[in-house]
Amino acid sequence: MDVEILARLQFAFTIAFHYIYPPLSIGLGVLLVFMEGMYLKTGDKIYETMTRFWVKVFALTFAVGVATGIVMEFEFGTNWATYSRYVGDIFGSALAAEGIFAFFLESGFLAILVFGWNKVSPKIHFLSTIMVSFGSMLSAVWIVVANSWQQTPAGYHIVGEGLEARAEITDFWEMVFNPSSIDRLSHVLSGAWLAGAFLVISVSAFYIIKKRHVEISKKALKIALSLAIFASLFQLFTGHNSAQGVAETQPAKLAAFEAHFDSSAAAPLYLFGWVNEDEQEVKFGVAIPGMLSYLIYGDASRPVTGLNAFPEDERPPVNIVFQTYHLMVAIGMLLIAISLFGAFLWWRGKLFDYKWYLYALVFAVLLPQIANQIGWISAEVGRQPWIVYGLLRTSEALSKAVDANQVLFSLILFIVIYLFLFVLFIYLLNEKIQKGPEHVDETLDTYTQQKQIFSTKN
Amino acid sequence: MEFTFDLNTIWFILIGVLLAGYAFLDGFDLGVGTIYLFIKGDTNRRLALNSIGPVWDGNEVWLVTGGGALFAAFPHVYATVFSGFYNAFMLLIFMLIFRAVAIEFRSKQPMQWWRSMWDRAFSVSSILIAFLMGVAIGNIITGIPLGADKEFQGTFLGLITPYTVLVGLTTVALFMMHGSIYLTMKTEGDLQEKTKSWVNNAIIFFVICYTTVTMATLIYYPNMTLHFVENEWLFLVAVLNMLAIANIPREIHHGREFRAFLSSGAAIFSLLLLFAIGIFPNLVLSDPNPEHSLNIYNAASSQKTLGIMLTIAMIGVPFVLAYTISIYWVFRGKVKLDSSSY
Repeated sequence: MDVEILARLQFAFTIAFHYIYPPLSIGLGVLLVFMEGMYLKTGDKIYETMTRFWVKVFALTFAVGVATGIVMEFEFGTNWATYSRYVGDIFGSALAAEGIFAFFLESGFLAILVFGWNKVSPKIHFLSTIMVSFGSMLSAVWIVVANSWQQTPAGYHIVGEGLEARAEITDFWEMVFNPSSIDRLSHVLSGAWLAGAFLVISVSAFYIIKKRHVEISKKALKIALSLAIFASLFQLFTGHNSAQGVAETQPAKLAAFEAHFDSSAAAPLYLFGWVNEDEQEVKFGVAIPGMLSYLIYGDASRPVTGLNAFPEDERPPVNIVFQTYHLMVAIGMLLIAISLFGAFLWWRGKLFDYKWYLYALVFAVLLPQIANQIGWISAEVGRQPWIVYGLLRTSEALSKAVDANQVLFSLILFIVIYLFLFVLFIYLLNEKIQKGPEHVDETLDTYTQQKQIFSTKN
Repeated sequence: MEFTFDLNTIWFILIGVLLAGYAFLDGFDLGVGTIYLFIKGDTNRRLALNSIGPVWDGNEVWLVTGGGALFAAFPHVYATVFSGFYNAFMLLIFMLIFRAVAIEFRSKQPMQWWRSMWDRAFSVSSILIAFLMGVAIGNIITGIPLGADKEFQGTFLGLITPYTVLVGLTTVALFMMHGSIYLTMKTEGDLQEKTKSWVNNAIIFFVICYTTVTMATLIYYPNMTLHFVENEWLFLVAVLNMLAIANIPREIHHGREFRAFLSSGAAIFSLLLLFAIGIFPNLVLSDPNPEHSLNIYNAASSQKTLGIMLTIAMIGVPFVLAYTISIYWVFRGKVKLDSSSY
């Protein structure tokens, strides 16, 4: 295998694994603010127990997120040195801002959130919770801005020629608010809220089914369901905006989303199908005729730019983009259905009465995770063959000093280590869930500890 | 080269400050890791681990931000060094992962084998991280083969020479000293008494390494002394460095651990300052072909980006310092175990 494939596989694998955790942190962070806010407002101890429990889960996801996140920052330099030289002038300031504004904020206040329960007043602790949550969302801002710039570059000019060429910034705010930033940021944040909300929903539903910690779980489920209702509907809105933006700024990607080849025709909206890229058609597909044209232009008969409008070496792979995109949309719809049905039951006072619904909620935790992953696949593969859309090809962005064997070796190590990490994570998460929120740590009090220190001669 | 106080120079200094902040802060928690296996007994180990528990993660952010700032201000240095030192950086990444996970997971299970497995992972990764960073600094001093296209042309094994290994060992010794002083500051009773004896050993270990590295640098890499020859007053930095190191055993002897810790911090800052003055205005020396060296001008981002970043830093850094200090203030005093500890 050549360096390009291996480097792409390694980046895809490490970013996909990393991306299990930050959305959970962002989503849980928001819920922690609500839980602890309820505690301060009502003074009800049950909310304190709830917050303490979810802080522990938060700390676990955060730790794995940090450990795998540092890899991402280093990989730009190790595997994509030419890319780093090309975009450093632009990408760098966003990344530096992320470090200074966001990372310090979240990791600093995390100390108080996790370890500071007995060290600061409840109000200062609550402030720390807000800061951690805010910091985790700020991190998303800068990294999504940087990624959006790769999709829709703005506020730059090209300096130098050939191998020396690089993008330099001309307008910072135009770079930050490039055409896709806001749509993609809202889409990413909303996906993260769903990931966190459905984790809390799933665990709470599990407890209710098992008749354990029932009172606390009912309250937690309602808090998380409220966020899920909002986020799933908001996702419909941000998703629609994103797709319209893509139609305007990255027509080749949109055409791949819907496997639309013919530029002269109005475009249908597929519910599902299988793309035969050689024959340029969709097999076994069910489609609403003209619907894509309607969604983009409000006119069902207006033609949409198809893949044929682009030279062959500027087209993304179609089937994988088509499949991931459609599955993501389908899951999005399913999440809306689950959330709204929950809202309906809640209104009728029957939220906890149907066991099958509670079981569905237990397993629904996987849905936002899958949607987040495949949504990114569709966004990133849809940008190919470009690493920076229209400016720099992925194949030209590699490190010149690194050969295939080096990447193969590190890739294998990443796979082994990350699988091990994942097993550990699931094991520890499961154990926390089995112990439950009312579990009191059997840690010794200070007196016994001191006695033990002095008696440990070993 | 003429010294001009321009944006490039400011960013040379700021990245130096970020990395010095990293060495000062993560230096002590890596240092606790280097002596960790000498600590016997589960409670003692938990005390040591929890002395850095709430802060190690924030300390590591200095590295992340330093890396980000390097990417932003001097993208060619970032690209050349990270891709050129590929294997070393991968090893560093894996060690950083293991270390984070070891701290987080160690105390989550009571089994003996589980805890001793993570204890080893934590200590070995701490030592290797310190060592690799030292080797990287060593290679900046010796110079590495660079092409006209700014790309690294050497091999992984070429990075490991007696001199770079010596700088690596010195870094381990430095952090060992810094970390053991920190641990004395945070513990009491028996554990503190034991830690104090390690401080003395660490100081001896460090002084031996430090003297050897200084002699080797003066003999084999006299280019590092160029600025000191031209501007004699710069020698004051070297004098301060000596005084800071000499002050450590004095403060320890008088039982003033916090002042000993500050002294060891001053030693770290002045050492890095000596290194920075030595290489200025270069960031990566090329050997052979010194004309291919990456310096603060040919490796930099545009003036516009450096200006924007300076604004970002001036807004952000006061906040960072303010809440970093408040958080350390919240967790001041001797470490105690409670239900939220590791």
